[in-house]
Amino acid sequence: MGAYLRPAQLGDALGALAGPAPGGAGWTVLAGATDHYPSRVGRPLVDDVLDVTAIGRLRGIEAAPGGWRIGALATWAELAEAGLPALFDGLRAAALTIGGKQIQARGTVVGNVCNASPAADGMPNLLALDAQVEVASRTGARIVPVGSFVLGNRRIARGPDELVTGLFVPEPLPDTTVRSTFEKLGSRAYLVISIAMVAAIAEIDAAGAIVRARVAVGACSEVAQRLPGLEAALAGLPAAATAASVEAHVHPEHLEHLRPIDDVRGSAAYRREAALELVRRAVAEVLA
Amino acid sequence: MTAEATPSRISRESSAAVELTVNGRGLRITGDPMRRLSDVLRDDLGLTGTKVGCEAGDCGACTIRMDGRQVESCLVPLAQTAGSTVTTIEGLAHGDAWGRDGAPRVTFDLQAAFLRHGAAQCGICTPGMLMAADALLRENPRADAQAIRDGIGGVLCRCTGYVKIVEAIAAARDERLAGAVSGSPAATLRVPAGAAVGARLPKVDGLARVLGTARYGADHRPDDILAVRAVRSPHARARFEIGDLAAFRTSHPGIVDVLTAGDVPGQNRYGIYPTGKDQPALADGHVRHRGEAVLALVGDEQTIAAIDDRDVPIEWHPEEPLRTIEQALAPGAPQLHEASPGNILIEGRLATGDIELALADGAVTAEVDVQTTHVEHAYIEPEAGVARRVGDRIELTVSTQTPYMDRDEVALILGLPPTSVRIIPTACGGGFGGKLDLGVHPLIAIAAWRTGRPCRAVWTRPESMAASPKRHPARIHATASADAEGRLKGFRFHGDFDTGAYASWGPTVANRVPVHAMGPYGWDAVLATTRAVYTDNPPAGAFRGFGVPQASIAHEALMDDLAAQLGQDPLELRLANAIRAGDRTPSGQRLAASAGLGACLEALRPHWQALRAGARAHNERTDTADGRGARQGVGIGAMWYGIGNTALANPSTIEMGVTRDGRVVLLCGAVDIGQGASTVLVQISSDALGVAAGDVDLVSGDTDRTADAGKSSASRQTFVSGNAARLAGEELRRQILALAEVEDGTIDVQPERAGRPARIEVTDAAGRVATIELAELADVPVTDAETSCVLAGRGTFDPDTTPLDRDGQGVPYQSYAFGAQIALVEVDPGLGTVKVRKIVAAHDVGRAINPTQVEGQIHGGIAQGLGMALMEAYVPGRTENLHDYLIPTAGDMPEIECILVEDPEPSGPYGAKGVGEPALIPTAPAILGGIRDAVGVRITELPATPDRVRAAILDLGR
Repeated sequence: MGAYLRPAQLGDALGALAGPAPGGAGWTVLAGATDHYPSRVGRPLVDDVLDVTAIGRLRGIEAAPGGWRIGALATWAELAEAGLPALFDGLRAAALTIGGKQIQARGTVVGNVCNASPAADGMPNLLALDAQVEVASRTGARIVPVGSFVLGNRRIARGPDELVTGLFVPEPLPDTTVRSTFEKLGSRAYLVISIAMVAAIAEIDAAGAIVRARVAVGACSEVAQRLPGLEAALAGLPAAATAASVEAHVHPEHLEHLRPIDDVRGSAAYRREAALELVRRAVAEVLA
Repeated sequence: MTAEATPSRISRESSAAVELTVNGRGLRITGDPMRRLSDVLRDDLGLTGTKVGCEAGDCGACTIRMDGRQVESCLVPLAQTAGSTVTTIEGLAHGDAWGRDGAPRVTFDLQAAFLRHGAAQCGICTPGMLMAADALLRENPRADAQAIRDGIGGVLCRCTGYVKIVEAIAAARDERLAGAVSGSPAATLRVPAGAAVGARLPKVDGLARVLGTARYGADHRPDDILAVRAVRSPHARARFEIGDLAAFRTSHPGIVDVLTAGDVPGQNRYGIYPTGKDQPALADGHVRHRGEAVLALVGDEQTIAAIDDRDVPIEWHPEEPLRTIEQALAPGAPQLHEASPGNILIEGRLATGDIELALADGAVTAEVDVQTTHVEHAYIEPEAGVARRVGDRIELTVSTQTPYMDRDEVALILGLPPTSVRIIPTACGGGFGGKLDLGVHPLIAIAAWRTGRPCRAVWTRPESMAASPKRHPARIHATASADAEGRLKGFRFHGDFDTGAYASWGPTVANRVPVHAMGPYGWDAVLATTRAVYTDNPPAGAFRGFGVPQASIAHEALMDDLAAQLGQDPLELRLANAIRAGDRTPSGQRLAASAGLGACLEALRPHWQALRAGARAHNERTDTADGRGARQGVGIGAMWYGIGNTALANPSTIEMGVTRDGRVVLLCGAVDIGQGASTVLVQISSDALGVAAGDVDLVSGDTDRTADAGKSSASRQTFVSGNAARLAGEELRRQILALAEVEDGTIDVQPERAGRPARIEVTDAAGRVATIELAELADVPVTDAETSCVLAGRGTFDPDTTPLDRDGQGVPYQSYAFGAQIALVEVDPGLGTVKVRKIVAAHDVGRAINPTQVEGQIHGGIAQGLGMALMEAYVPGRTENLHDYLIPTAGDMPEIECILVEDPEPSGPYGAKGVGEPALIPTAPAILGGIRDAVGVRITELPATPDRVRAAILDLGR
């Protein structure tokens, strides 16, 4: 049986992380526990657990200078109810499709990032939002773009002495209309792990031109991926006309860097093709 | 901050206490801070109304309300409940629910609505569902149907198809909005004598299910319990050696016993068929499927839970497994069982007419290849039970569908006479055929026998999925022909069924499938052959329909093919060729009556035409829009299904008595697995006796207390046990009338009240009252020694069948159910996703003893058929949980309209037949037909996942 810590102060948590865990395998950081228990069914619970849920300053979702801050303990339900602007429509839609209401009430946005599943529903949205990960340790704090923080399947750039304290989402470009969406493909209505998913955000100026488009695809690579080629191609185009002829603008080459796999949910070839279709739909939606 | 400032770590063994409020009571709980709240509630606080289905947040059975939100208690560490307010199902029922302090019965209304609407079948998901519904209505008092589905989307139900659950929640919502307060659910149970058959009575065992007080397999946990856990093979095929167990036990002092194959006291081979006893309780040196038990650990719960299987000294030598039928049938393939050369367990055959001539003669001919995969029962209650040694007998309190077969199998394994084994069924949290095989029984029985202490096992979800039987994967090739007018000519069918590592119910492949392989139609000639093939896959057993759902994919695809080639309407082609009363079946049986397929299809016709026209109009609108939108289509499936065992005896015996203290008792060994057998049998027997259903006390199946009413399978309980219940009631009525010396009259059984002794009053047509004083009667023996009866009727019924000859000719069943369903589906052609919008289901049930329950069976059958059609695929080692293995959620269900056709079965109780399995069979064919109608692709490999549908659409364009 492992050790268990539930400090109320961030400093105490960071202090614990700075030292060795009793079992020698490092501390397992615990928040909503919605990924912790499922991966241990029928097995003894032996981890040394650092439960961060009593640390008050990790809670909350709030406006911050230049953007918004999502605390490490903010749950999907809290995110959905936070009254965030249209920029977050895609992330909000993801919040309502992660597990059922029960998982949404317990699971955290940051936990979704740190669990680093290739099918993490939060990731395409956070990538499209250019979210930054706030990481703290006893020696200081650092900010890492979410795309650099998640390294691979179940791998993140968190040092053993570090704790993720929250996410920062920067404001959209000034003087633009922002539209955001999320397309999730699964084999059933609720409680479904995505076969593929797409997040798209468009910032459109007063003249109807695309100032910036940000598009990311999930469950089609070890880590969700932005589509830089497509984003570059869309910049400057008239939004409405592009939406009406989306096939002409979104090409398979834009998704070439994806590395989908075959699994029980779908074949690699299907994922690649479905992702293209989802990207087209998402782009058409945010530009229309 | 210094390292010294780090708080001292909390030892998990002796942690600080947590203070929280549970159901209004402040509690202080000490324990492992990482202990799951579900375990704390159930094991420490005795609140077993909270159920555990997966421990992974996949099923929602353990849903509670915590600080105002619905959460899964299996995912909450005890430490995180500090300072929180928790409400469980027990809090709904007994907290603010009962109008204390004049408060409205805010939650009780939900429970009453669930009962009234038949929203609880097996009841294992019901507490979680009620907690989710309660949280939903508190948050959104005006929730519409979509919001209700969203609100309960995190709770899986395998029985109801969610239809009546959504109805019940909507009804409770309306009551709350109207400010109404429900009455006691018990009060709704009353119908007058003689009016029970055909009434929408709530389940007689339903109140306990909605209150969370029904006790399932895992809810029995006596003191001084030993936990029994099997160590299972991680390999599909391997030899193994067990290492130094003495040293292992020394290093784990809490272990009381370790069981291996050599410790099986009796025969280490069991199997449900007399000819199929090939499965060991513990493997002896080699394993034939992943998940096979090789060793069992027995000890206190904490010790057993703390052992990692990988630390148990077993040396594995994996071998290349036979994963497919093709590999198992290949020349030179390893022989899995000595008695079955070529790995063929059994072959079946039905032949009538000249098949070659009939096929050659057809104006149109169609062929199809069908491939289906393993389907998991996915009952929300994993297998669980407790065994106790009582002197020289053993008693098992266990979740099961078939107590008497369990008794005989356990006796074999322990080397005891069957009468030395007692099986006490618990409430059964879903079966669907999967609890017809032994589950936890062998190992808890052996452990209890050896240790003398109560021994308990509760399977985890992955263990349940790895170790329990599956639906047979099938490879079918079939050909059909018709003449130019659309009269069916020849049907040739060959099906190979993967029966897995052990026989289980594999022999049904040989007998039930050929009888039904050609569908519910008349043909000039039929040749149907089947084989059950051993592989290293999970044993395939009984699952709602026993191979017939797989076969129906083939015959219905061929009917659609023939209709398309003939240019005929698919419904009309089926109607023109439907088997009717007076016809001979392909097995040569003349159906005298109750063959209502024609009536079902005629009832569906207007719906069919309207839905087809609507789909056409929708597609035209889509085409003229951007051409990328969803396309609609309508498909149809028809079925028939023989009730009860195939050409084998399957008697039921039921007793009905009057006790000395004036109660009417039904001693009934039929297990209610949620389908409603108990209610149906009370309805039938009370009408037969002539008393109100609400006055009948049910004594439910226990092999010491009730006679053998057979297994709850093969859709047989309403027909077979229903007849036994009717006979018992009629016999008791005859005895009472004879004692009263009247020819006919109304019977009033009166318990002792106000000092007046218990009596029966019989009033004849002229109003004369004859009184039978029960005290004056002698005891009469009934199976149950605990019930003292002064009058008792005993009914036994066994369907009238004959053995089948080598051409499958004979009378396999006394009665057949018929039905047809049509499905409106919407296909997203760009992604290949399929959404079923509407299903209209018409079923000939002979007589609907309880229409609410019949509808519930149809809804649930459709849900399972939809799952089989679109999403369910069990892959050993890969989908052993309920997030990789997908079953339909509340959001996947279509609108369903049920049409109950009542073409009375003369040999059925009050004309009734069965509906449990029939409801599932036509669903997948109807959905597949709808996909075909929508986008022109014929999917014959199941499930029709988005990638398969999309690939077929792409193939069409090539």
